[in-house]
Amino acid sequence: MTISEIQNSIIDEFSMFDDWMDKYNLLIDLGKELPVIDPKFKVKDFLIEGCQSKVWLHPEFDGKLITFTADSDAIITRGIVALLIKVLSGRTPEEILATDLYFIEKIGLRQNLSPTRSNGLLSMVRQMKLYAMAYQAQMSK
Amino acid sequence: MKDIAEIRADFPILGRKVYNKPLVYFDNGATTQKPQSVIDALTEVYTTYNSNIHRGVHYLSDTSSEAYEAAREKVRSFINAGRREEVVFTSGTTGSINGIAFSFGERYIKTGDEIIVSHLEHHANIVPWQMMCERKGAVLRVIPINDSGEIIFEEYLKILSKKTKLVSVTQVSNALGTILPINKIITAAHSVSVPVLIDGAQGIQHGMVDVKAMDCDFYVFSGHKIYGPNGIGVLYGKEKWLTELPPFQGGGDMVDKVTFEKTTYNALPFKFEAGTMNYPAAIGLGSALDYVTGIGRVDIAMREKELLAYATEKLSGIKGLKIYGNSASKISTISFLLDKIHQYDTGMILDKMGIAVRTGTHCAQPVMDHYGIGGTIRASICFYNTKEEIDSLAAGIEKVISMFE
Repeated sequence: MTISEIQNSIIDEFSMFDDWMDKYNLLIDLGKELPVIDPKFKVKDFLIEGCQSKVWLHPEFDGKLITFTADSDAIITRGIVALLIKVLSGRTPEEILATDLYFIEKIGLRQNLSPTRSNGLLSMVRQMKLYAMAYQAQMSK
Repeated sequence: MKDIAEIRADFPILGRKVYNKPLVYFDNGATTQKPQSVIDALTEVYTTYNSNIHRGVHYLSDTSSEAYEAAREKVRSFINAGRREEVVFTSGTTGSINGIAFSFGERYIKTGDEIIVSHLEHHANIVPWQMMCERKGAVLRVIPINDSGEIIFEEYLKILSKKTKLVSVTQVSNALGTILPINKIITAAHSVSVPVLIDGAQGIQHGMVDVKAMDCDFYVFSGHKIYGPNGIGVLYGKEKWLTELPPFQGGGDMVDKVTFEKTTYNALPFKFEAGTMNYPAAIGLGSALDYVTGIGRVDIAMREKELLAYATEKLSGIKGLKIYGNSASKISTISFLLDKIHQYDTGMILDKMGIAVRTGTHCAQPVMDHYGIGGTIRASICFYNTKEEIDSLAAGIEKVISMFE
């Protein structure tokens, strides 16, 4: 599936629910399903500290694709982290850098990625793009 | 006292809905809502007499200056300061503390001197002192707290010494709601001739404040936390101190005579009011104080006490809910956590039910560190809240728990 196809499928999944509680329940379930980050990466080097919740993000690059694993101490944040991983993990640096994350807005979670919500998510997206940029530079050497 | 329906009708925002649910506003510790009379006062300034104060020779400027000085008199009377010269307008509590930390540091602090704060302080009453200590080579000492969230008074007496140059403590903990024994703190400091600054940001709106009876040297608060406009605050200082201290900002209106060789400063309180002050907000604050006086400060305190008792009982009954800050002496703020549920998750779900609470460290990280937690959910209640709203909060919390089970 392309990144756009995955984003569209997430939008479809969320559009089944009108009620906020159902959407949050889905996020909670997604958070529970998130493949857990290796505990050895749950350290300061991989921590993205928000004032409200923390996020840990670890990248692995095999020369072609970047695989991200991540975690958060808050479950709803974790659910959103799971969505971001679904969309951006296992992609090439070029794909990651070119991605416009429109699904966030469409499923009504824009607030969660605004700079006023210091929950680590906006920084997480930035960090994912920074890793992509770094690996891209590494490849072109 | 007016009945609760009438009081709520005074605050237009309380009638609105959020996500199609009635707003339950429990974030009064962060900022309070404004009664129509305050909104009207601001509108009146801008629609009928807006003009810069103390500047013009014209009618509007006179009207504006008079209204601004009338607001100062209202503040003076509200906190029972001796003279209007002792009441300085600032941008808020943070502005007031930064100003005093700067001026006091410049005038009196030398290497090795000590400033005392408590472990319960908001960052605004920690960081300005740290900055000053760094500049002057002084040392910041901290009064420790116990697990109920109260300062340990005996420890305060131990760190109070000849080296102490100033004690700066909060009247009420913003994170936990604890009321500090400020009278005892001031008496002890004065017995060794140490002045005391009281951070009244969370105290002024919950009962009587009498700076003369308290005998504090400085008292600071923000307008927006006492139903007034944002961007205005007060710095009360005893005349003796304000006379001795240098200004913390230079600019227009705070000067007497300016030449390139030397500038002499204006009289109090103008010496500390450089540049164009936020006079519309000061006038709005005056109107807010009128409103609070009209409702009755003793009645407000009694009603809030009743709401605190009700909320404490209601929330304590929820399995897995732990309240942080169990002092017998508290304002109507409840800080809590749910077992195994992150405060941010709790806050996000409550938000979708129309319930506004604050989550996180409440700009008081040392308090959270004391308990070894990353933050709490804070419901800060005030006199316009109702028992029904507390019931909604309790029901909301039960719903959160059921979602995360």
